[in-house]
Order: sequence, then structure tokens, then C-alpha cells
Amino acid sequence: MGKNKPAASRADRAVEALLRVAGLSTIGMVVLIFVFLLQQGLPVFFRVPLRDFLGTRWYPTEGYYGALPLILGSLLVTVVAVVVAVPLGICTAVFVRELAPGWVRELLKPAIEVLAGIPSVVLGFLGMTVIAPWVRTTLGAPTGLTALTGAVILAYMALPTIISVAEDALDAVPKSLRDASLAMGATRWQTIWKVTVPAARSGIVTAIMLGMGRAIGETMAVMMVTGNAARMPLTADSLFRPVRTITATIAAEMGEVANGSTHYQALFALGILLFLVTFLINLTAASAIFAKRRQGGLR
Amino acid sequence: MVDPISAKIRFEDVSYAYGKDTVLRNIKLGIPSNHITVLFGPAGSGKSTLLRLINRLNDLADDTSLTGRVLLDDEDIYAAGTDVAALRRRVGMVFALPLPLPGTIRYNVLYGPTLGSIQKQADLDSLLVQSLQRAALWDEVKDRLDSPANRLSGGQQQRLCIARSLAQQPEVLLLDEPTSGLDPISTAKVEESLMELERECTIVIVPHSVQQGARLSDYAAFLLMGELVEQGPDKQLFTAPKDKRTEDYVTGRFG
Repeated sequence: MGKNKPAASRADRAVEALLRVAGLSTIGMVVLIFVFLLQQGLPVFFRVPLRDFLGTRWYPTEGYYGALPLILGSLLVTVVAVVVAVPLGICTAVFVRELAPGWVRELLKPAIEVLAGIPSVVLGFLGMTVIAPWVRTTLGAPTGLTALTGAVILAYMALPTIISVAEDALDAVPKSLRDASLAMGATRWQTIWKVTVPAARSGIVTAIMLGMGRAIGETMAVMMVTGNAARMPLTADSLFRPVRTITATIAAEMGEVANGSTHYQALFALGILLFLVTFLINLTAASAIFAKRRQGGLR
Repeated sequence: MVDPISAKIRFEDVSYAYGKDTVLRNIKLGIPSNHITVLFGPAGSGKSTLLRLINRLNDLADDTSLTGRVLLDDEDIYAAGTDVAALRRRVGMVFALPLPLPGTIRYNVLYGPTLGSIQKQADLDSLLVQSLQRAALWDEVKDRLDSPANRLSGGQQQRLCIARSLAQQPEVLLLDEPTSGLDPISTAKVEESLMELERECTIVIVPHSVQQGARLSDYAAFLLMGELVEQGPDKQLFTAPKDKRTEDYVTGRFG
């Protein structure tokens, strides 16, 4: 025993070192990606002043690098998607966890997880062949490839995330807390909205943030259904006109730019912007959780 | 046996089962009005289930069966058409663990009244003060009614839960080992407020120890494996039990 001890602790140290390397390399990779983005993207501001970069015209072949239409396009599509997906997602989570009979829940939960696994290209097909014609004929838009079509598809993509994370949060609320509310003469309905959902609040905020992160970063489906016209979505009917998002712009144009050109750098600058936005969203979600933990418990 | 006329709650041949697991057998019990009734017995004897039958809190459990009748003021609370929410407003309950609802102290105490009929601010304010005072918590929280309930200590949270039940002005208060997580000082405070309360409402308590049962008992019932072994007024079960099993239990020979 005594002889083996140093050897064992050496093995311990080896494993510990290995784990440390694995853990740190994850952080390292995030840092490297960000550094790479900065290095490739920031030089654009030597060639295109920030004021021009926030201009209203994106027309790289003519030398216009105004990213505002793209930023607003991403924002419009994401916000509408979130507005659609959040109430729907939370209501579905409440139904699955609180109201559905056992066998329905057993069916719904795996079905929702499968939904999360559908490749975005496939949803793009769905958007092009089902939702786009519907938007054109029913809502009378000149084309079916609009911001609304994109938002609906994005909402659909964010839903599984929102539902499963929110459902887990509801599941973590102890049954005894529901009993306490019911014992006060609250109905099941009152208990859900006044006790269970507020108790799961931090988890639900996380669900919303994760869903939003998913929506803003999505590329393929959005590129297929939003029409990709880089116009300022500021008119009242913008929702029913084509828009172009940051992600779709990068994906569509990256293949055709010359390495190191102004256009190339501008696309990387868009990437930085996207990275910062998603980072901010995740940070908000994380701080919501940590603030809750500090207050004592995740409830 | 309590004279059936003065019984607030009566169990008439009640048997209860979860699936095939019978947890209560032919319970005949009258619970006297405006007194403290102690239900005690070893773990798994069915005390909690018996308690939860009085406010129908087991309704949402799957696959249970009830035979016999449970009467509150001579009315069968399991009769078709009973308003369960109204029943639970008349019959309050405090659990073993303090369960503050997510929100402030004020929100917790007024949870029940705002669900129901009382809406006038003046009424709510006086109810808030009154309920906290009766639960012996007012002095400790009067300056921070709008701070989150989960910042209170365990003992305070439990008294908050009692105040929350009292704000409904219940006719019956059910307590399921309400002091099991509390220190002796908090326990004493809770017991004190219970003895104050019995003047105005009927209290049924599952004590967390035989000693606590003996301290509080106006009437007591001893349960063992789903059977009601013995019942009697005052401290009779603790000082002069008639059944050998009761005697063995209260003298600490098992349990």
C-alpha cells in the first residue's frame, strides 16, 4: 500500500493535468476564435469609417458597406420570432408538465426533442414550399419570401429549445409547493400562473435566452426564406417584404470575396457583431441564473 | 368517543388505498370543534394521509380509492358537486417543510384572500397585520413586509406559512409535523400560537414527537399501520392508555 501511494498520486496528477488541459483548451478556443475574428474584421474600419459601416446601403460591389439594413433585418426577424415562440413555448411547456395526462407527456417529450433535431435546411424547404406561398396568397404580399416567413421558421426552430428548457425548469419546482398553493384554495390554474411559473422563472428566462440565441444565429433556413434583399426594414409593411440578415449575408457572400479585401473584412466585422450579440444574450441568461443561486437555491 | 353532535369533522368507516396498498382501514373518528386534536403513530401509519383527506389534497393523486364518508359540519366533503377550492379555504394546511411561495412576505400572507373575494385594500391590510400577529411573526417582519419571503429563517418561514393559512380565516387548521424542521425556540413559539388559536378554530396536528403530542393534546388518536388503535380526550392516551400497543408506543418501546 505504502509503496503504491506515490504512483497513484502521480496518476492522479496526470489525470488532473489532462482534465485541466481539456477544460482550458475550450476557453482557449473561444478566445482564439474571437481574436481571429477581431484580427480579420477590425482592419475594415481603416478603410470604411464606422459612420459608413452603420450606413443604410449594403452594396459591396459598388463600395457601400452600410450594415444597418442587415442589423435591423436580423433584429426584426429575431424579435418577431421570439414574440411568436416565447408565449407558445411557455404555454406548451406548461401543458406538457402541468396539464397533460401521463401518456400524452410521454409521447410529447420525445416528439419535441425530435423537432429540435430537424436540420435547418429541411425547415427551409418547409418555409419555401408551405409558408411562403401561404404568406403570398393569404396575406397578399408581393412575394412569399419575407421577414415574416423567416420569423415563423425561426420561431419554429426556437420552440423545441424553449419548450424543453422551460419544461425542465417547471419540473424542478417541488410538488409540495404546488400542494401548498392548492391547499390555500387556489385552483390548478391559479397555482400554475401564480406559483409554479414564477418559481421556475429563472429557468424560463434561460429558456427564452437560449431560444433567442438559436434564432439570431440561424443561417440556412433564414437565407432560404427571407428573400435576402438588403433594404432598410423601417416601413410599416416591412414584415411582409424581403429582408436580409447578418448571418445570411455572411453565408451568401463569403464564398465570393477575395481574401483580405475590404468586403472580406466587412463580413468578418459582421461576424464580430453577431458574436457580441449572442455573447451578450448568453451572459444575460447566465447572470439571471447566478443571481438566483446567490439568493439561495434555484427556486 | 367524542359526542358526534359536537364533532367538527367525522370519519365514518373510512378506508383509503393507493392502488392495492391500503393505508387506512375503517377509521371511525370524531374531531372535536375548537380543540387541538393530535394524530400520532409511527411512520407509515397513515396520519398524513388521514390529514390530507380532510382538505382533499389527495385528489390529484392517481389510482386511489376511498370508501366511507368524511364529514365536515355533517356534510360529506366527497359528495358530488362539492366546491373543492371553497373547502380548502375553510380548511387550511401547514406542511412539514416551510413552503414560502415565490414572492414577498406580504404576497404570501395575502395569497389566499386575493385569490378569493377580498379585494379592498383596507381589509387586506388589517388581515395582513392580524394574521402575522396571530402567527407570532409580526414583530419580526413588520419593517420588511415587501422583502422576499425566502430570506426569512426556517422558523420564520414556517410561521409565515401559518399566517398564510390564518389569513383565510379557516374553520379548521391541519398541521403535518409543522415543527419538524425547527429549533426548540421556534417550536415553542409555534406551539404557543396554536394554543391561542384553538379558541377560534379546530386544529388537527400530526406532532413530530410523542412529547409534542402530549403537550398539545385536547383529544388524541393513535394510528398504527392504517388502523385507529385508540382515541381519547385530554392527555389520556399519553398518561393512561388502554391499549397495550398505545402504551408501548408512548413509553418508547417502539417507533
